[in-house]
Amino acid sequence: MSASEGAINRGLERTQRFEVRTPEGVAFSYRLASPVLRVCAWLIDWMVVAATWSLLATLIGVLNIISADIAGMVATIGYFLLSQGYRIATEWGWRGQTLGKRVMRLRVVDDRGLHLSFSQIVLRNLLRFVDSMPAAYLVGGLAALFSRKAQRLGDIAAGTLVIWVPEEVTPELATVQSGKYNSLRAHLPVVARLRQTVTPAEARIAWQALARRDQMEDAARIRLFAELAAHFKGLTPMPVDVTEGVSDEQFIRNVLDVLYRSER
Amino acid sequence: MIVNLEKFVAQERVEWERLEAMLDKLAKDPWHRLTWDEARELERLYQRASADLARLATFSAEPEARTYLEGLVARGYAEVHGGRRETTRFRPWRWLAQTFPQTFRRRSSPLWLSFWLMIAGVVFGGLAVAFDPDAKDVITPFEHLLMHPSERVAKEESVAGDELAGRKARFSGQLMTHNTRVALTAMALGMTWGVGTLVLMFYNGVILGAVCVDYMLAGETLFLAGWLLPHGIVEIPAILVGGQAGFTLAGALLGRGQSQRLAARLRAVMPDVVTLCFGAGLLLVWAGIVEAFLSQYHAPVLPYSWKIAFGVVEGVALGWYLLRAGRSVKGGAA
Repeated sequence: MSASEGAINRGLERTQRFEVRTPEGVAFSYRLASPVLRVCAWLIDWMVVAATWSLLATLIGVLNIISADIAGMVATIGYFLLSQGYRIATEWGWRGQTLGKRVMRLRVVDDRGLHLSFSQIVLRNLLRFVDSMPAAYLVGGLAALFSRKAQRLGDIAAGTLVIWVPEEVTPELATVQSGKYNSLRAHLPVVARLRQTVTPAEARIAWQALARRDQMEDAARIRLFAELAAHFKGLTPMPVDVTEGVSDEQFIRNVLDVLYRSER
Repeated sequence: MIVNLEKFVAQERVEWERLEAMLDKLAKDPWHRLTWDEARELERLYQRASADLARLATFSAEPEARTYLEGLVARGYAEVHGGRRETTRFRPWRWLAQTFPQTFRRRSSPLWLSFWLMIAGVVFGGLAVAFDPDAKDVITPFEHLLMHPSERVAKEESVAGDELAGRKARFSGQLMTHNTRVALTAMALGMTWGVGTLVLMFYNGVILGAVCVDYMLAGETLFLAGWLLPHGIVEIPAILVGGQAGFTLAGALLGRGQSQRLAARLRAVMPDVVTLCFGAGLLLVWAGIVEAFLSQYHAPVLPYSWKIAFGVVEGVALGWYLLRAGRSVKGGAA
């Protein structure tokens, strides 16, 4: 990777993540939602409002039996409240998520990492009046494009961010275990060299490959583990009995096993 | 270097799960108040998770564990450092009797700006129609206002029955939603550094001034007062409140004479802006009802004196409410 590419990637990383540093001296970061994800969430919400309204309109239609005038008033006010209040109600009730945001794994959060207040939710949604101008959220889209934290005007005013929330999983080492004999364990110098040379990024790739193995086509899985095994085998010289009769996938399991466990 | 993750996770997992359970409990009930012991336990668990995260960040880049802990620390941080949670449930009566009128008075500068801009618009619109009758066609957006005032008055006063029969409720709903949109747009345009709000306030004033002068020059002042006062006495202040919210927002954006940073300034005005928006909306619900059910009826069906008297009573009540309500309560208007 060239220096300029590195700089670009670092720049992208900076705009895609927002870091909060706590008084305890630790930092956590939010991954900012991409415009595409936000548009998808918006479209889902739009469909939810449309579907809910078609249902409500049918129910309101029953009021015509009593008075068409009253039904008309309820319909006019009802649609206004639904279209304006849906996002406010759901974001308040579901801690920063509408149905669309839930599906797309997005969440509205306070830009200091603190609690999202009701005022913030109301203001960011009321400011859609200006963000949606003149059409298709042009103002909001441009504001988000030029904002360091990808904020539309409503988010800037309310001090909120829309983040993408990756699935929170408790670290599970069972992924690595297969119950089989680990031939690497018999060669402590090899284990030591692997622990010195394998980077966390390399270990993560191997871990992810194991975690997602069942989602892959057989041929693709065999090819992937072959490439990974070749890579790890190339990092340090290995005795023949370490790899002999061991499948590529099992070899990767063995490598991760010795990386993450100091003893058995 | 990668730490012995298995041992580390096994040791700390119980504590992380306890913290997670506490945070889940708090998330499910935003009004839940922690006991002293619970609060101390929450802080201890949060500090421990923070220390674990720092340890992982220093000695390992294992992403799953780190992401999981980051999520926990982020949630814990909001609880521990979030200051006062919204622990009291919303009380409509308190909001109505204290919060809204107090906020209205506290933000007097943007209100006056809103007011004087509308007055400037009224003067401009009035003068335009007085000196150039053709200006009426350009300024007035409503078709029924384009006819000569005397013609309209004659037409309205000749109506024997109820022209709005069977349409009043729907009409009031349309008025409420339309006017609320105007007020909310006036607030939202505050994000254009107040320029949009300024234009909107002035433009509303121009229309008002043009209509008023048109009817006054035609000798229909009594009809005008009887028609506009019952709902206008509430509707116009509500639009002004929308402008007040917009200029409050714009004031925070511009930050003239303020030492705080932009984010802090916006954060400081946010609750007031939201309160003003809801206040304007509430006033416009009332104005919509009055406009549909009262304003559209004219003499001889409803004598102008009654309508004007109703408008005056409303104006006095609204003035008392906005200027006096909630004054005796600590934390009231400056």
